[in-house]
Amino acid sequence: MRKSAIGVLALAAGLLGASSPLFAHHGTAVLDTSKTLTMKGNVTEWDWSNPHCLLQFDIKDESGQKVHWIAETQNPAEMVSLGWGKDSFKPGDEVTVSLMPVKNGRPYGRIKQIVLPDGKTFVTVKEGLTPKEIGDSSGGSKFENYPKQ
Amino acid sequence: MQNRSPAPVMVLVAAVTFSALAFGQNAQTQHPEASKVQNATAAPAPFHDISGTWEPAGGPGDGIQPYGVKAMPNDGKPEHQLPYTPYGLQTYKSHRALIGPNEVHLTSYNDPRDTCEPLGFPRANFYNLRETQIMQNEYKVAILYEYGEAWRVIWTDGRELPKLVDGGVLVGKEVREPRFYGYSVGKWVDDSTLVVQTVGMMAEDRVWLDGTGRPISDQLRVEERFHRVNHDRMELTVTIDDPKMYTKPWIAMNKFPLRLQDPHYDVTEMYCSPSEMEKYNKLFGSPASEGADKPPGQ
Repeated sequence: MRKSAIGVLALAAGLLGASSPLFAHHGTAVLDTSKTLTMKGNVTEWDWSNPHCLLQFDIKDESGQKVHWIAETQNPAEMVSLGWGKDSFKPGDEVTVSLMPVKNGRPYGRIKQIVLPDGKTFVTVKEGLTPKEIGDSSGGSKFENYPKQ
Repeated sequence: MQNRSPAPVMVLVAAVTFSALAFGQNAQTQHPEASKVQNATAAPAPFHDISGTWEPAGGPGDGIQPYGVKAMPNDGKPEHQLPYTPYGLQTYKSHRALIGPNEVHLTSYNDPRDTCEPLGFPRANFYNLRETQIMQNEYKVAILYEYGEAWRVIWTDGRELPKLVDGGVLVGKEVREPRFYGYSVGKWVDDSTLVVQTVGMMAEDRVWLDGTGRPISDQLRVEERFHRVNHDRMELTVTIDDPKMYTKPWIAMNKFPLRLQDPHYDVTEMYCSPSEMEKYNKLFGSPASEGADKPPGQ
């Protein structure tokens, strides 16, 4: 992980833990589910497609160098039910993104929430539903203690 | 145009030919948004009618079933161990799933779903069961699944269930090919319960039972019980009987609750696009998994 990125506003284990993102396509094996990064940047592309929507955005690290991030959400059908849309973001938009980073330290992750400058917030969990109720399998490491079949 | 799939046209034709009464009934009696709320005073179940748009009553996660079939999730707990035959267990271990106790990383899975192969039946019930449209007339019931925009037909015209034979099923005197969604026959066992038998599905090299890689074979027989509890609620029970993979029948869905959706609800597309999958893997899946892979079963 690029620890020097000044765009990273917070790095906190368990932060936003109550709003773990919905997921169904693949496991969490590549994600560091104990971490949440929050960073401010500008959108370069919002890809509304299956199997997961992808948000690409740039932040600046401590030395002023641009760092390009790519973060996934759920599929469009799911995101529609959460109030997201094809036109939710456009290139140049300022966004504050909270995400679970991947383990390999590269600038990829799974989005937990996005906040716009006007305060509008896009979440990845329906209010009032527990992760279990929405089929969230974040924290897939819980399988690690189970016997193999 | 020659390569274009006929499926959308067939669905449209089927939809148009279904009884207008079947479509109209719920529209007349179901107030928009009413289905969103548990309705203790819901009207009784209509006679021999399961038409409507249905959604998991317990929320989307109930239908996504990321850990495998709802009644027997693949979570490694002893009570959820399936009665595999030796061949069934061998086949299961050959499947590299992205979810479950033996999950692998994005670069090494072999789920046919991710090459946009048809999900098939009964996996359509066990993976991303979301908004599900059911249309019926006096001859058949059609089920339109949101995921993969797939559909199947259940004959209710009194015909017999095809017989499993080598190479497929026997329909009359004709051997017909295996299908991803099989051959289904349904019978009403009471005023509000349709029992559906299905055979003739694809072999184990083409389809999985669920997202965790559990297997099924072309010897599979599936029983579904659609029990409409009242006007707004339905329960689905699914039993798996596959002697090639399992030593005894077992229940994969047990009275899974569905609620009636607003009849005007426009179901969102949810498809598998090879080009979008390729783009996703290139942009995200591969770099996100780099250096983190592990062998299957580890």
